[in-house]
Amino acid sequence: MILGKVIGNVVSTIKLPVYQGYKILVVQPVNNKEEPQGESVLALDTVQAGVGDTVLVIDEGNSSRLIMNNSTAPVRTMIVGIVDAIN
Amino acid sequence: MKLGKVIGNVVCTQKVESFQGIKLLLVQPLNEKLEEIGDPVVACDTAQAGINDIVFYEGGREAALGLKNWFNPSDLTIIGIVDQVNIGE
Repeated sequence: MILGKVIGNVVSTIKLPVYQGYKILVVQPVNNKEEPQGESVLALDTVQAGVGDTVLVIDEGNSSRLIMNNSTAPVRTMIVGIVDAIN
Repeated sequence: MKLGKVIGNVVCTQKVESFQGIKLLLVQPLNEKLEEIGDPVVACDTAQAGINDIVFYEGGREAALGLKNWFNPSDLTIIGIVDQVNIGE
């Protein structure tokens, strides 16, 4: 899992049916001081995160498929938590 | 998932059987500001994207799952066509 900050969203009408109903957000990975690090990625949202939120992101397919309860979903990057504080 | 722009297509007659009927597109990876980053890559298409479309694509094992016949060696698959990217403060 990585920490990231939501910096925007992506609107898409034509996409694979398994993606229907999920929000796609642009996430900038951050380090432990919440400074940007590396290239931004797109992630499916499952926790109703919004722009400016620091979030917990998984970048691994099997966990994503478990969350979607679909063993063949082509999904890899997913937001699974909103971070309240990093100590 | 990453953003990219379709900049061309790739025609390939001799290919693995599981790629029959699959469109191959040349995709330039983009960052969130839609600026080009890195070198173009070839991706399988599932969204009927065309040249100049902004798309998002999935890599790794999940790319293979995007195609109808999931037992294939794809490692980049276009999942959808982007209408709009909003970057907020």
